Amino acid sequence: MRYAETGFNLEVDLTRGNIERVESDPRDTELYLGGLGTSAKILWDRVPPETEPFSPDNLLIFSAGLLCGTPATGCNRTIVSTVSPQTRLMAFSMMGGFWAPELKYAGYDKVILRGKSPDLVYLWINNDKVEIRDATHLRGKGTVETAELIRQELNEPKAQVAAIGLAGENRVYFASIEQGRSSASRGGIGAVMGDKGVKAIAVRGTKDINVAQPAEFMALCNEVLKYIKFRNENPIPGVMPILAGLGSPQEMKVHDEKWHTENFMWGNSRVRRKDFWNEEVAKQWAETLDNMRTRLISCFNCPMTCGATISPPGLPTYMMKCFSKLTYTMAAFSDLEFGLGIAQSATEYGVDGFSTPQVMAFALELYENGILTDDDFPGMPSDNEGRFYWLLDRIVRREGIGDALANGTYWAAKQIGKGAEAYAHNNIKKHEQLPLKLSMLNPIYFLMYSTGEKINITQIEGQFPQAPWPTREEREEFAKDWFQVPDEKFKQILLDWEPRGEKSMPYYPTVEMCCDIVDWQERMHYIDDALGMCSGLSSFPLKPPYHIHNYPKFISAGAGIDMDEEKLTQAIKRYRTLVRAFNIGRGMRRKDDKPPENHWKKRFPELEKELLDTYYELKGWNSQGIPTKESLHELGLDYVAEDFEKRGIYSEEGTPSSETLAEEYKVKGGNRHG
Amino acid sequence: MGEKKKKVVKTIKVDVDKCNGCRACEVACSAFHAAPKYSSNNPARARIRVIREPLRDVYVPVYAGEYTPAECAGRDKYTIDGKAYEECAFCRASCPSRDIFKEPDSKLPLKCDMCEGDPTLEKPLCVQWCLVDALTYEEREEEVEEEKEQEELEIGLEALVNKHGLDKMMDTVARMALSKKE
Repeated sequence: MRYAETGFNLEVDLTRGNIERVESDPRDTELYLGGLGTSAKILWDRVPPETEPFSPDNLLIFSAGLLCGTPATGCNRTIVSTVSPQTRLMAFSMMGGFWAPELKYAGYDKVILRGKSPDLVYLWINNDKVEIRDATHLRGKGTVETAELIRQELNEPKAQVAAIGLAGENRVYFASIEQGRSSASRGGIGAVMGDKGVKAIAVRGTKDINVAQPAEFMALCNEVLKYIKFRNENPIPGVMPILAGLGSPQEMKVHDEKWHTENFMWGNSRVRRKDFWNEEVAKQWAETLDNMRTRLISCFNCPMTCGATISPPGLPTYMMKCFSKLTYTMAAFSDLEFGLGIAQSATEYGVDGFSTPQVMAFALELYENGILTDDDFPGMPSDNEGRFYWLLDRIVRREGIGDALANGTYWAAKQIGKGAEAYAHNNIKKHEQLPLKLSMLNPIYFLMYSTGEKINITQIEGQFPQAPWPTREEREEFAKDWFQVPDEKFKQILLDWEPRGEKSMPYYPTVEMCCDIVDWQERMHYIDDALGMCSGLSSFPLKPPYHIHNYPKFISAGAGIDMDEEKLTQAIKRYRTLVRAFNIGRGMRRKDDKPPENHWKKRFPELEKELLDTYYELKGWNSQGIPTKESLHELGLDYVAEDFEKRGIYSEEGTPSSETLAEEYKVKGGNRHG
Repeated sequence: MGEKKKKVVKTIKVDVDKCNGCRACEVACSAFHAAPKYSSNNPARARIRVIREPLRDVYVPVYAGEYTPAECAGRDKYTIDGKAYEECAFCRASCPSRDIFKEPDSKLPLKCDMCEGDPTLEKPLCVQWCLVDALTYEEREEEVEEEKEQEELEIGLEALVNKHGLDKMMDTVARMALSKKE
């Protein structure tokens, strides 16, 4: 019997309309765990580097995590992976909600889509019965709307539906997949879904998920719940409220947005408004949120209430969480009422809440600077808010200038030319980042921005405090019950770390310490991505209930795989390296491992070089960021080394030939029919 | 008049305003009632279900009550605070008109047992797992007249005797007693 996982994947060939239920190899679970780990293996095996994102040969994999469907609190993530049309690298965006557990109860760990459907379809997975159904009547419908229509049509209110909107159908490079109150939105995976002609996947399951050691597993779950209660009652002192507790940053709860609005940038990640927050704004925004927010809600089997149902006046209700609360507001220099209102349209269209506002602010900046002109904006309203609504519509329909903008700032700038590139200034690996511009280099964040292959800072940071408490007493207080550390040395680093003076940034923590801190932070995210755990209970917050010490026990008791910290760390390193290898195959090299040029004003080139060199070495990568033969061998990934040999990747000298895949790509993304 | 007797009434108080719709109660319930205990998980086997319509802000955790072989003659719809609840939303019965509270394989009815058993939990597990306090547990003592039960039994039997005849009833009871002994 397979434990925690079902042991079966659904293989769907959309071109031929063929569906197969295929047993997976339990040895792969031991080596790559599940979720991202086993998906990365499938992508490596079956999607060679020549594969275009919009080729029928590209795979789109919806995977439940290894422990989804067990009683492990907060374990509900769907990991969607494919080749991103925007970065042209592996995208592995995750969504919470209710979809992954339902898929497990239906009897599957993954849904693997290949080929392209000639017409728009949706997939209906009802336990053993799986159908490809016509979705032409759903063309152009919103994501939330689609989910409701499908549930009605199937007469199955309990079906969980992951759907794309107009943006996905039109292959917008930052189109999302929306589901319940969650979305998998980074990297443009919704565009790949649209390219495959799949409007939605609906799933309903009523089967069992077994665990290997029931009593032990339940005891672990109860411990986690107990610790969540403890942490809810004992927020971390001396840090800003959103870092004090557990869960995703509690944006739906907090009214005080002084920190975000005064420290993050407005517009096209340009303007810092240091005196923005005042009593009047506070009052107005609190009123807006209180009036629109119906209820705080959670994902499957989680008490954290990070999300909310939002009902803007005169608009349909939708669900929201986290920082998309402010991204539209700040991009448009507007207020919360506007932000929550336009987010309703954006959710229905199915677009990413980070990239989209920046793309629109970028367009208006080009307009203000004469690079785009009135001819590019026929019929655009003159008021600021109206412009954003107008631009959103053009983008998701790929109409006029919207067709270029729909490819994101990097590709749009190339297409537009005339110096537009300088305005696409907030990208890493062609992907729009959080709007932050800071003064002095932070070496820990430098490494995370540079090497994080999910290409999103929130998906690698966590665990280690962002800044030292001013006094040693405060640091001691924090360290005293900090049992989540993988090694006692991390406590000492924190204790010695000062805001100013000799033991302060950028030279303290030392290069080696920074590398260890980043490696630990990243490791936790990669475990979550394989197990399907919400990072809000594990890798993201300080002092989380899941950590490197209890995870091996969860895997042993849950999946029946004999696991300890060392074996787990090795497994994570294995599939993390495989993600790297996949991207190396697609042309990514050291030159791509860098933050936006203007992220920090004060840079330290020598230190940065040393940081990257040392981190690469720790990871088992050579100076170009390519996993070495030796490290691949140690991880049992000789097949990767052989492939690299065959492709001549190791014989490159100095500057790699990697411009090939990443750059020569035809800039014109265009319509499905274009 | 019969003797007064103390009886413990176990109550799960459901505060729908506090429900976050996460269905942890379903998870805990299905794990607790798996055989062996906690060995499997399947909310479709849970004896509590959250009737959930997030877009209409409807969240109703409902417990499985008695099995009933027949549908209701009519259906009700409730509107509370301007929110309409679907018919049967608050009903606890495992009944032919809907598919909840039935084992997914055998279709046998499910019923909440307040996590009694070996050992009986201090609080039902769903309550323990509901950290948002939509479910809370309360025990209270009620005085009941013991006689009443006897009375009710007789009324019930009387109806059966009228329908089937005393002889047939006696035979049936005797046969049931015999088969129970075996």
